[in-house]
Amino acid sequence: MPALSSAKSAWFSSEALWIGLVIVAAYGIVPLAGTDYLLDAVLTPFLALSLAAVGLNVLTGYAGQVSLGSAAFLAVGAYAAYNLHLRIPALPLLVDLVLAGGVAAAIGIVFGLPSLRLRGFYLAVSTLAAQFFVQWALTKFSWFSNDNPSGVIDAPILSIGSISFTSPAERYVFSLTIVVVLTLLTLRLLRSQSGRNFIAVRDHEITAKVIGVPHLRTKLLAFAISSFLIGIAGVLWAIAYLRTVEPAGFNLDRSFQILFIIVIGGLASLRGSFIGAAFIVVFPLLLSRIGAALLGSVFDSGVLEMSQRIVIGGLIIAFLIAEPRGLIALWDRAWDAMRPVRRPVYPT
Amino acid sequence: MNVMRRLKVTMAAALAVGLASTLAAHADEQFFPLQSYRVGPYAAGGTGFFGGFIDYLNLINIRDGGVNGVKLTWDEGETQYEVERGVEVYERLKSRPGIAAWNPLSVGIAYAMIDRITKDKVPLITINHGRTDSTDGRVFPYVFPLLLNPYSETSGIVNYITSREGGADKLKGKKIVVLYHGSPYGKETIPIYKLLADKYGFELEQIEVPHPGNEQQSQWLSIRRAKPDYVVLRGWGVMNPVALKTAQKVGFPADHIIGNVWSNSEEDVIPAGDAAKGYIAITTQASGAEYPVLQEVIKTVYGANKGNLEDKKRIGSVYHNLGIVNGILNVEAVRIAQAKFGKRTLTGDEVRWGFEHLQLDPARVEALGAKGLFHSINVTWDNHEGDGRVTFQQWDGSKWKVVSDWIAPDWASLRPIIEKSSAAYAKEHNIKIRASGDDQVGQ
Repeated sequence: MPALSSAKSAWFSSEALWIGLVIVAAYGIVPLAGTDYLLDAVLTPFLALSLAAVGLNVLTGYAGQVSLGSAAFLAVGAYAAYNLHLRIPALPLLVDLVLAGGVAAAIGIVFGLPSLRLRGFYLAVSTLAAQFFVQWALTKFSWFSNDNPSGVIDAPILSIGSISFTSPAERYVFSLTIVVVLTLLTLRLLRSQSGRNFIAVRDHEITAKVIGVPHLRTKLLAFAISSFLIGIAGVLWAIAYLRTVEPAGFNLDRSFQILFIIVIGGLASLRGSFIGAAFIVVFPLLLSRIGAALLGSVFDSGVLEMSQRIVIGGLIIAFLIAEPRGLIALWDRAWDAMRPVRRPVYPT
Repeated sequence: MNVMRRLKVTMAAALAVGLASTLAAHADEQFFPLQSYRVGPYAAGGTGFFGGFIDYLNLINIRDGGVNGVKLTWDEGETQYEVERGVEVYERLKSRPGIAAWNPLSVGIAYAMIDRITKDKVPLITINHGRTDSTDGRVFPYVFPLLLNPYSETSGIVNYITSREGGADKLKGKKIVVLYHGSPYGKETIPIYKLLADKYGFELEQIEVPHPGNEQQSQWLSIRRAKPDYVVLRGWGVMNPVALKTAQKVGFPADHIIGNVWSNSEEDVIPAGDAAKGYIAITTQASGAEYPVLQEVIKTVYGANKGNLEDKKRIGSVYHNLGIVNGILNVEAVRIAQAKFGKRTLTGDEVRWGFEHLQLDPARVEALGAKGLFHSINVTWDNHEGDGRVTFQQWDGSKWKVVSDWIAPDWASLRPIIEKSSAAYAKEHNIKIRASGDDQVGQ
């Protein structure tokens, strides 16, 4: 089928072009043009949440396994990195980072085991166990927080070799690099046989079994990769962004937040993860700024905050009704409308 | 070309005007960025505390025209008690000119700010809470857990029980149960209670209540079996009224339950209704509106319709008065720093110097109209807590009544534990331990 393959390769190159452009802008322009506030309080958390959303999207969007335990894996990653750094000081931070992801993946596999028997709603409830168990264990056993009396720990300083990442721009570049590398690797994986297995299991598990997809292995692989990515996102969240770790910061609300990101951004779409994260991070800030500028003299910050919640809640409902495939579907439609030739839609 | 030149001239002029106006506007202002929380589960504490703080800043502005003519300004950012929102507000407000100090009233947010404010050289005030070892100003030059840290609170409670029993020797063989919130905050004092139990020879049992604590039947049944002489309630939020109600159900007398500093507000006892009658709690600041400074707030600030509390009945409540005391301490630190550096907008580092010399003896506290509201404070460069005294108050069903003198915690025996922890922190973070208080300013 020469026609299709040529279309595919042409499309691939345009995709590569876009990814390249975004990366160049993110490295070349943003650190120079962005203010400390933008880099430190907006972009760094955006990157961490995007990576977590990419992780959850692998599991929920591509492999079809609903999880409500994302915050637990964020916490596992953050605490694992902290403890590895503290207890094995010889390890460089990058190794800590990868090992922390590995620890999260191992825990993810354990909590993914019920997925072999449970589906849908029941699986979602069983992943809640991860959420509660991890938070409980981190509070219960003070070893995890190095017996720190208040259980809140300070994150280590970011450094690779002799280079330390201390300014907002440096922390941003560090996070960006991790997120870019992992996202590209994830993209690669999703285009491989494993990625197709994910989709087969999601779309029709019985058919997938019949055609010979190793569905047990596939599900556990999805849990492992997803938890790995979310674990590393947790390290970025704790070390690059907050620079402190406390178990209460990884509660059920955070799990829901990540789930909302992929639902709003678009299930089974890596770009959707980023757009959704941008929406969740930036939109409340914009609303709060606009609200404060327009009504700041009339209402106190409490009333403003409440009205923002109502607006965001309303928008989420509106989105789910009007465009259940998320922001990315809107984006693609707008993009297609501007192009003279329709292109085939590939899942990315 | 011509157009470009005109544009450039206009821009330069606009820039100059803008610069001049910002300079003029901030020439004599001291700014307090507030990471408040008026929404969410802890809104009762947030509205009371930040309301009291703002009320006092307003009082200084209206009554005195600021501190020696330097006007006090503030801006609020809502955090909902969440760490990442607190950090966002910090990053948003940190570039404002003339920041005096940060007052987050949240352990989590305070932790996230420690290395940020140390780098930016601005004081971080964590009144009655925060990181215990930040009491050691040698390691934490910019962090001030004013009045009371968790260890001192523990010691103050045990000292109160001692005085009620009539002497330290009478504690021997007595039994105390500590009912603590299942969170890092709740567990923080476990080793200190153990230490004091060994020291005084009382029997100790520490029982955890999982967060949020709205079901405590089994814990109180074990308490009933243990038959303790006292129960210390180290609670938070909904756990407190539930504890009092469950205690009533199992027949434990409320006047033998001693609440800690986060179990001592009206919001903790009113939901418990009758069960709270007789309940005793520690505090660093008495409640009630009869103190002169509160009267002036009512007259001057609320009289001018600038009061921050929506519900005027909360004036003089525990959290509101904590906010007022916090206001007094911040304003006096600025005043003390002004006496050294000049009556102008101070830098964060200069205000830190003010906090490190924040010494208000009972006479000065009386002159500020706060006699009886709080006792005194004596902050030095290496003791950032400032030896705050505590008092105990009893709920009579409608208001808190002070039932003890001002009690001093046993600071001397706590200091070595604090120094051990701060030394570990200094080692972990490569911090040079300060040898005297005269360094750093102006660097």
